[in-house]
Amino acid sequence: MAVTHATTGPAANGTGFASFLTTIPVTLAVMAIGLAVSIAGAVAVYALLAFILPDSRLLGAIVVMFLGVAACFGYFWSSNKLLDTFYPAAGANIAINLTKANAIRPWLFLGPALIVLGIYLVYPVINSIVLSFYGPTGENWVGLYNYQWLAGDGAFRESVRNNILWLLVVPAAATFFGLVAAALTDRISWGNLAKSLIFMPMAISFIGASVIWKFIYDYRPEGAEQIGLLNAIVTLLGGSPQAWITVPFWNNFFLMVVLIWIQTGFAMVILSAALRGIPEETIEAAVIDGASPFQIFYKIKVPQIWGTIAVVWTTITILVLKVFDIVLAMTNGQWGTQVLANYMFDWMFRGLDFGRASTIALVIMIMVVPIMIWNIREARKDMR
Amino acid sequence: MSTAVGARPALVWAVNISVLLLVAIWTIPTLGILVSSFRDKDQLVVSGWWTALTPSEQSMMARAAPPDEAVQQHGQWVISGNVFGENTGRVSAFGTSIQRPGEFEPGTSAEMDGGMITIEENGDYSITYPEQPEGRRGERLFFTSVEPPKFTTANYETVLFSEGIGQSFINTMTVTIPATVIPILIAAYAAYALSWMEFPGRALLLATIVGLLVVPLQMALIPLLRLYNDIGVGKSYIGIWLAHTGFGLPLAIYLLRNYIAGLPREIIESAKVDGATDFDIFRKIILPLSFPALASFAIFQFLWVWNDLLVATVFLGNNEDQLVMTGRLRELLGSRGGNWEILTASAFVAIIVPIVVFFALQRYLVRGLLAGSVKGG
Repeated sequence: MAVTHATTGPAANGTGFASFLTTIPVTLAVMAIGLAVSIAGAVAVYALLAFILPDSRLLGAIVVMFLGVAACFGYFWSSNKLLDTFYPAAGANIAINLTKANAIRPWLFLGPALIVLGIYLVYPVINSIVLSFYGPTGENWVGLYNYQWLAGDGAFRESVRNNILWLLVVPAAATFFGLVAAALTDRISWGNLAKSLIFMPMAISFIGASVIWKFIYDYRPEGAEQIGLLNAIVTLLGGSPQAWITVPFWNNFFLMVVLIWIQTGFAMVILSAALRGIPEETIEAAVIDGASPFQIFYKIKVPQIWGTIAVVWTTITILVLKVFDIVLAMTNGQWGTQVLANYMFDWMFRGLDFGRASTIALVIMIMVVPIMIWNIREARKDMR
Repeated sequence: MSTAVGARPALVWAVNISVLLLVAIWTIPTLGILVSSFRDKDQLVVSGWWTALTPSEQSMMARAAPPDEAVQQHGQWVISGNVFGENTGRVSAFGTSIQRPGEFEPGTSAEMDGGMITIEENGDYSITYPEQPEGRRGERLFFTSVEPPKFTTANYETVLFSEGIGQSFINTMTVTIPATVIPILIAAYAAYALSWMEFPGRALLLATIVGLLVVPLQMALIPLLRLYNDIGVGKSYIGIWLAHTGFGLPLAIYLLRNYIAGLPREIIESAKVDGATDFDIFRKIILPLSFPALASFAIFQFLWVWNDLLVATVFLGNNEDQLVMTGRLRELLGSRGGNWEILTASAFVAIIVPIVVFFALQRYLVRGLLAGSVKGG
């Protein structure tokens, strides 16, 4: 899937670890000056513009966008310039200067990204682990209390059960429908149009999709005219209408349908590309041997794209672990539909217990870790 | 194409019909809210949207003229008039109680409160009493009327101007524009360093970024909320721009690195030979060449930020100035749960921009998906 190549950079003259350490102070100094200059510049311009421009948030946002980009450029330009003045590529020490500058420059390029990643992703992971040992406000140490509470909590167990149901059903169903859609649309003349339409729900927010499906599941008492499509079909076939999202246990599946509906397009697009990448010869050989179209699909094509199927499957699995909006909007965890992400949100916003909420977040994280490790290993294989 | 093996007519038909069915299942739900959002709200509650083009039946109530307007005819007292008043319409049935507005055919007679009532199909009614009726208020008349299909843009006017969707639309724009653009440059420089510059720890850094791709957002919420409150950022736009920048960066770096590392080595090396610095190479060669990858990421980030509910709920307030569209939809689902005319119109306003972006730039989106399918969603 990934476009990767061996990438040994140019101008490599084995920077040792010791010499790397000596460059750190200079790197940090240059980075700090560059950041300070560009951010101060952007803030100054913003303050100036705030005086002149009419008071409008949208306009402000556009100004911020331009200033943000300008500040980025400003940082990269100024820190780069600074480095060149520090270690000029001229004079007696040109060789040493070039080596040193080349050792520092990558870190200047990486600087802003590393700072942002550190603050927004690395620090929170560590902090969440710490917070899980603290009480509601994050101030008093409670040891393993949150974990003990979690182990005995009924709603938590329900969430785990539901999350496992989601994990079993949604990736499988979305991948299956995606595979079927990919295989079928590749064989017809209007396939691209069909693909676009099946892919479209990808663009719809979970909450928008929840409104769409809640309308389909709409329920009126028996005898009244049903305006929800599902109940209309059920009554047409002679059944009695149901309030689908309140039916215990099965309502989970009605919620899953929303995510399957959204994710099938994703699976289809990836798998369709994989199917097209299958070498023609293998299929031709099967045709000559008299294989039927179904045999070709299941015995020749599918085995060749297992790798891609796995990628699609794990990607949707991660999404499922984080699913939150759909449950929040459709049932808010009532009628036995709670999931971990929504339960965490519940404890954060309504329970106002940061300790418990962090502990639940940590459970989600732990469930993601195996996939994370698998991804890293696959990526490293690709890069080699 | 070798798949033409299946060119047997029956199979071709089966494939076409299956795809048609799939497409139908995947588009009808959205079509449902689109059609509903343009329907008259009284029709929306009584009939399914798939009947939008056929006349709909509606239970209605009208009040007859007061008893003192009764006139004496052939020894009986008669009150008459038309249930539609000034308007016109068609009565398909009538009844004598609110529970059963469809009990009697138009033109037949029914007993009601000591009198006989008849309602004609065109709405003319007459109530005859043996004695002079008493009382001040007219009888209530229950009937079912047949209405022609009505379409309106009133629902949109309501949601945009009085339900606050218009304001939320602007708030969402305010969040999305900087949050989409700012990460791009930061990520592009980092991606270049990770692909074409040599430094210790590069492999480890790449592995970390691949790992960060899948970190659940839930992990980040509480620590960042506390951090924001401690340093005084609180609930502000600058806070959410930076948060989206942070959460989008791993994907941005990963996508761009895959692309930039795949650019031909000769171009970069010949530029080096000509004396170009890394900074020049990036600005003059890498950035223009990476446009497709930059576009892919921009679309991802745009869709993700526009559709996000979780980050906005945590890092922005609930007031008129900060409530984004997804948050507003969620609020409406709670407060206007049964008002489908409001919900469908609001939902459509919320999804139309991403859908337009999606159809216009699908090519780049697909390319990005294929290059970075580790994260998804």
